[in-house]
Amino acid sequence: MDTIIAKYSTNAFEEEEEYNAATASKPTTDLSFSLPPISQPSSFLRSVTDDAANPDVPIKIAHGTTTLAFRFQGGIIVATDSRATAGNWIASQTVKKVIEINDKMLGTMAGGAADCQFWLGYLGMECRLHELRHKRRITVAAASKILSNIVYSYKGMGISMGSMIAGVTPLEGPALYYVDSDGTRLQGDLFCVGSGQSFAYGVLDAEYKYDLSVEDALALGSRSILAATHRDAYSGGYINLYHVKEEGWVKHGFSDTHPIFWDTKIKKGEFSNVNTTIVGEKAEKS
Amino acid sequence: MAHGIMDGTDGWGTGGCLSRLSDSGREVLLGITGKDFTIIAASKAAVRGITILKAEDDKTRALNQHTLMAYSGEAGDTVQFAEYIQANVALYGMRTNLTQELSPPAVANFVRNQLATSLRSRNAKHVNLLIGGFDPVKKTPHLYWMDYLAAKAEVPYAAHGYAAYYCLSILDKHHHPDIDLEKGKELLKMCIGELRHRMPIEFKGMRVKVVSAEGITELEEF
Repeated sequence: MDTIIAKYSTNAFEEEEEYNAATASKPTTDLSFSLPPISQPSSFLRSVTDDAANPDVPIKIAHGTTTLAFRFQGGIIVATDSRATAGNWIASQTVKKVIEINDKMLGTMAGGAADCQFWLGYLGMECRLHELRHKRRITVAAASKILSNIVYSYKGMGISMGSMIAGVTPLEGPALYYVDSDGTRLQGDLFCVGSGQSFAYGVLDAEYKYDLSVEDALALGSRSILAATHRDAYSGGYINLYHVKEEGWVKHGFSDTHPIFWDTKIKKGEFSNVNTTIVGEKAEKS
Repeated sequence: MAHGIMDGTDGWGTGGCLSRLSDSGREVLLGITGKDFTIIAASKAAVRGITILKAEDDKTRALNQHTLMAYSGEAGDTVQFAEYIQANVALYGMRTNLTQELSPPAVANFVRNQLATSLRSRNAKHVNLLIGGFDPVKKTPHLYWMDYLAAKAEVPYAAHGYAAYYCLSILDKHHHPDIDLEKGKELLKMCIGELRHRMPIEFKGMRVKVVSAEGITELEEF
């Protein structure tokens, strides 16, 4: 009993003062907003946005992506494509699907473009507030849990997102979490998210090792996204590459997939499925 | 088992257009009691749509020193519910100034009540549970089977999901209430062996934990 009292009563006064000081000007964390005047807002939203069920829906949400992140000896590699689609329409080829939460933490976006941009931006704000309130940087575990708790509170109301939070903190070292809109939150070494995930997994799993060199890891991340952009119609554009290490993240370019694809095909002889001659014409000898 | 296997809401969005209806039935939960222990086992695969996202998942939460809860069901609901229960069992202990922790039957009744309350709310949690425990006062093992409709039954052995169709008959034949831990492990191995042999689903093996007078320990041999 005494041990329990000791455990829960140490420095209670000091802690409370500190807490009161920190929360005195705390902004409201109430996330509720007014809902449209319909009996079932979520089913209404689904009826006007679910293009899988009905291709003629009035609102087409930007979907379709390939994103990946993996932990290795030298930190974490984060890579994404850059295509945004709305139904069969390519809405953009130059989307930023990596959000820089702070100089040591990144988030990736897959699913509804607006949902991802808004909530990961909001997460960035919450992380900064955590820093100001507690005078220390937020852990990746805590940041990912803020996001998963937010999306869970909106479960069934139509939010669509699949995200990875990657970062390095003194407490955890390099850490990677998967969070999605049905409330799942998983810690892990390797994740691929989005409509092109299976294609990226195929390439990544085959050559992934924890001991990969930084150079090889960057190349593997890039090649996995290339594989997905080649096979998944809803992925494409540019490869956005990041390396998260102890000192913070480093960007390794936003590179056009088109020249990379032909380079990979011609110099390495991969993608032999793709013909460079017109069918019926004889191949040139070179 | 008249219900609860093919439940779950429809998924749409991030993972392609494949249905997630049968995700929860593919998760394996097993429980076996013996003379002085309860074994709880849960599959290690975390599946979303057509991909195994994680092969080392832990679908259990310790509710106190002698009670362990394994869960399966709707993504998101499971962990949220389990952590809510975990925190509230701890809170109950602090509030009541108990010198002794809540007994496994008391914990199970509390969980059943919370799940039944949730079921009658606007967004019910779809969670299937096994609660395993050992009462350190009465020296008795306990195992509770509970589905997402908050039906609770105290049983000598239990299973959730498709695994129930393969394992319950094995346990009906080979289980006795007074078995020792070695026999318990042997039974579990028979069940897992049958699942590997006949069930066309990869579940990435089982995470196995034993609850006994000494508390909760994980068995690494599985």
